[in-house]
Amino acid sequence: MESVDSKGYHKTDRSGKKHIIVDPITRIEGHLRIEAVIDKDNTIVDAFSSSTMFRGIETILKGRDPRDCGLMAMRICGVCTGTHYQRSIEAVEDAFDITIPKNARLVRNLIQGALYIHDHLVHFYHLHALDFVDVVAATKADPYLTAVEAAKWGKVAGVAPYISDPNEFKVIQERIIKFVKEGRLGIFGNGYWGNDHYELTPEQNLIGVAHYLKALDIQRDMAKMQAIFGGKNPHPQSIVVGGVTCVQDIKNPARISLYQQLLKDSTDFVKRAYLPDIYMAGTMYAKEATDTDATYKGVGGTGGGILSYMTYGDFRLDDTGFYNSATLFPSGLVLDGDISKVFEVEQEKITEDVTHSWYEGTGAPEHPYEGTTIPKFTGLEKKEDGYSYLKTDEKYSWIKSPLYDGKKVEVGPLARMVVGYAKGDKRIKKYVGNFLKRSGLPLTVLFSTVGRTAARAIETELMCDAMKEWVGELAKNAAMGDLSTWTEFDFDSVSVDTKGVGLAEAPRGSLGHWVKIKDGKVENYQAVVPSTWNAGPRGPNGEMGAYEASLIGTKVANPEEPLEIIRTIHSFDPCIACAVHVVDTKGKELAVYKVDPTCAF
Amino acid sequence: MSMDRQESVKKLFTAQSAKVETNKGDAYYDELYDKCQNRLKELEKLQPLNNRMDFRESIEEEGIERRDFLKWASATTAMLMLPASFTPLVAQAAVLMNRVPVIWIELQDCAGNSEALLRSDGPQIDEIILDIISLEFHETLQAASGHQAEKQMDEAAEHFHGKYLLCVEGAIPMGMNGQYGTIGAKAETFHDHLLRMSEGAAAVVAIGSCATYGGIPAAAPNPTDAVGVMDVVKGKPVINIPACPANPSNMVGVILHYVLTGSIPELDSLLRPKFAFGYRIHDNCERRAHFDAGEYVEEWGDEGAKNNFCLYKVGCKGPMTFNNCSIIRYNEGVNWPIGVGRGCIGCSEPDFWDKYAYERPMSDANIKAPTGGVEKTVDEFGLGLLTAAGIGIGIHAAASAIAGKRVDKGES
Repeated sequence: MESVDSKGYHKTDRSGKKHIIVDPITRIEGHLRIEAVIDKDNTIVDAFSSSTMFRGIETILKGRDPRDCGLMAMRICGVCTGTHYQRSIEAVEDAFDITIPKNARLVRNLIQGALYIHDHLVHFYHLHALDFVDVVAATKADPYLTAVEAAKWGKVAGVAPYISDPNEFKVIQERIIKFVKEGRLGIFGNGYWGNDHYELTPEQNLIGVAHYLKALDIQRDMAKMQAIFGGKNPHPQSIVVGGVTCVQDIKNPARISLYQQLLKDSTDFVKRAYLPDIYMAGTMYAKEATDTDATYKGVGGTGGGILSYMTYGDFRLDDTGFYNSATLFPSGLVLDGDISKVFEVEQEKITEDVTHSWYEGTGAPEHPYEGTTIPKFTGLEKKEDGYSYLKTDEKYSWIKSPLYDGKKVEVGPLARMVVGYAKGDKRIKKYVGNFLKRSGLPLTVLFSTVGRTAARAIETELMCDAMKEWVGELAKNAAMGDLSTWTEFDFDSVSVDTKGVGLAEAPRGSLGHWVKIKDGKVENYQAVVPSTWNAGPRGPNGEMGAYEASLIGTKVANPEEPLEIIRTIHSFDPCIACAVHVVDTKGKELAVYKVDPTCAF
Repeated sequence: MSMDRQESVKKLFTAQSAKVETNKGDAYYDELYDKCQNRLKELEKLQPLNNRMDFRESIEEEGIERRDFLKWASATTAMLMLPASFTPLVAQAAVLMNRVPVIWIELQDCAGNSEALLRSDGPQIDEIILDIISLEFHETLQAASGHQAEKQMDEAAEHFHGKYLLCVEGAIPMGMNGQYGTIGAKAETFHDHLLRMSEGAAAVVAIGSCATYGGIPAAAPNPTDAVGVMDVVKGKPVINIPACPANPSNMVGVILHYVLTGSIPELDSLLRPKFAFGYRIHDNCERRAHFDAGEYVEEWGDEGAKNNFCLYKVGCKGPMTFNNCSIIRYNEGVNWPIGVGRGCIGCSEPDFWDKYAYERPMSDANIKAPTGGVEKTVDEFGLGLLTAAGIGIGIHAAASAIAGKRVDKGES
């Protein structure tokens, strides 16, 4: 007997399990729906991840001049925007066999680096923190004890706290009290305030809220760092096939020193607010992070997921050209949580499957160079009261299901830190080691929702320090008179018949753009993005992706408030518009408005 | 369908460009002044929504320098193309913005405009969230998910029926009965969602190029048959704030104008506020002198690039693009595309992905000018003509003049 509930779960199936629909998942980029099945103990026993929007950007790129793809591919996402821009430009550079000048490499690293730290900061404070921090509970804090508490976590992190004055906490608290005193709360309305699974004390909550507001300020500075060399943020504009265009910003010492100043202020916040907050949250949510019962594979803690991690590596550290140079993050694969072995990534082993995606299959999963995408929307199951459910036995998402050598893998900051650590990368071992030492937590704690969030913070600190080196290198190079920003190439001869791949990392994980070029035009274009890896539906043999697997075993305190579900899903920093951008023009519905894209050029 | 309307709107635009009348005479402004004063008096009687702090109080209490605030108000007055005497009224309107509810929805988007809003510096985003704008719903910032989020949105729409501004980010896919985009537990299509949410709105603000003209999803071959808000919403004032992303100053400007006057700003034929889109990029470009002197960047990284020469020959579309970014720039004025040596891609114009967004001059791209005329190369066109004072690059004017004589061969 199935029944519809007006609360957080919408139906009860024959075996008595409740089905929860969470749509929209807010505080993410894009449109994401999660359906979870809970048993009588409120433990999640099954989960499905679905994207409900697509646009067709790869199809739009077909037939265009490859030099123009970057500007358009960038619009795959407004958050990791510059990352798509670079991957797209690099795919074409790879195809044309171009090595960019040193200044261009450094400028791209600085634009991309600013994007990383900006993205991680905004993600933690504005898209994720409210899953850990109870805004309403912050109103009950004692500002003096809050300052004491802040000092405590600063000490753990080895820094003076970002806010140490009790009066400053008091002013912020009064602002919040006025805001929540009565009635409507605006964007904070209908949150899960008071839920049993909020673990922070009122003072800790006040620290979280105070830093939420400060971070709104700091992120504007981080965005300015991208704008200095990128022109604007979001959607920078200075990267071209062969190099960058921002000669005057490299030439002018005032621009470089502005970047340095903004980086200094940003680093200060990262070290004195972001990291202490992670130590605080990590400690208060440690039980969750070490609860092996609540995992899919019995290692790590709540939200651990599939435990196989992949990274392509990113941030070139020398000028030896594509895929030869040393990188800040090394590439590699760690499988099934076994950090004693690291496998090399071979892009030929990447395929995409559509068994559970709204596309027509051509048989076996396809490599992106040969990728076809023919939409086949089979709809949702509709109930009489209007609720819709995913047809989870069939197709249920616009996201494809990418596989590495037939396996599902997780990508993202956690994957970068785990692979780097397992590979023995000195820099990564140092930053991860510091975190473990200061927090007193074991390495396996990283294999959890909390660990995923901590890995992002560890990476942010590492990035800030690395960027300081790069901007110094750029200043030195320019001062020595090297103003070269572009490598010349003969477009007509290099674009006859070729293909290339831009393979590196976005803040959210491994990002690849594959392009085939014929007679100066794009013949085929495919992007396999981080959220496709993590948010994809089941594979051909029912293999769960990272989102789905990470929810299994999680206990939901109150099924009417899906706090634990969004906490774990948010720990991946979902970017769903990125993940869904493929459609072919062969579909009948589409043919009506089909215009030959070459006409426009 | 809607394509016809868009085309005709575009033709209207190109036939008669959106030049702004900067001075409408004393009588006009006197009347407007009285109207604004009365409007603000009425608003003052209302309580701030959602218990927002009275922003006036916060200016005084929280150390936001009153002088800084007035500076911002005076700059904003200029941006809104109002006489300086309006500055006190604009300042007053800013502190009363929290009397007007705002609901922000996202459709076929990349969240780029939400991200741009986060970068707002005048006012700053924390003030926007906590004190100034009564932001009732915003998916990217909203605390609650799932049915609690839906409830929040529905309640706001009901509670403020007829009063709220609906900000829309993203295009609307019309193909496959709208199934390319759905939202909520009931899987409502973006199309139906937009109609339902706009029904009770006082006005609808389409933010960014996707919401205005369809943007990137609508680029050829427009796989999902994406369209802009004005093609779907009828019988309501629609304000377009194009650009990819829209400049946050223009977003705040439009809302502020509504608070100040109780009406939408004066719009051009593409429904863009004239205060923001009355200028061409070219008119106020920092590299304009080099254009006039015939000094161009010929290829990336050359001597011209090192000396900040004009970017026209490497594809700048500033002469064809109406927007105020050469004046207000981005990220607190830190930079803008032309500053960074790349040139304008025309992102506030319709169909710019198919017509402008490439790095070669229009003459080398083998496409038709937006007016339907075919452009010659810069050199053939005559640098003498181009550098003639008063007509700027001349392309817009010249192409407009010949547009009528040419047989229109359709979209492509």
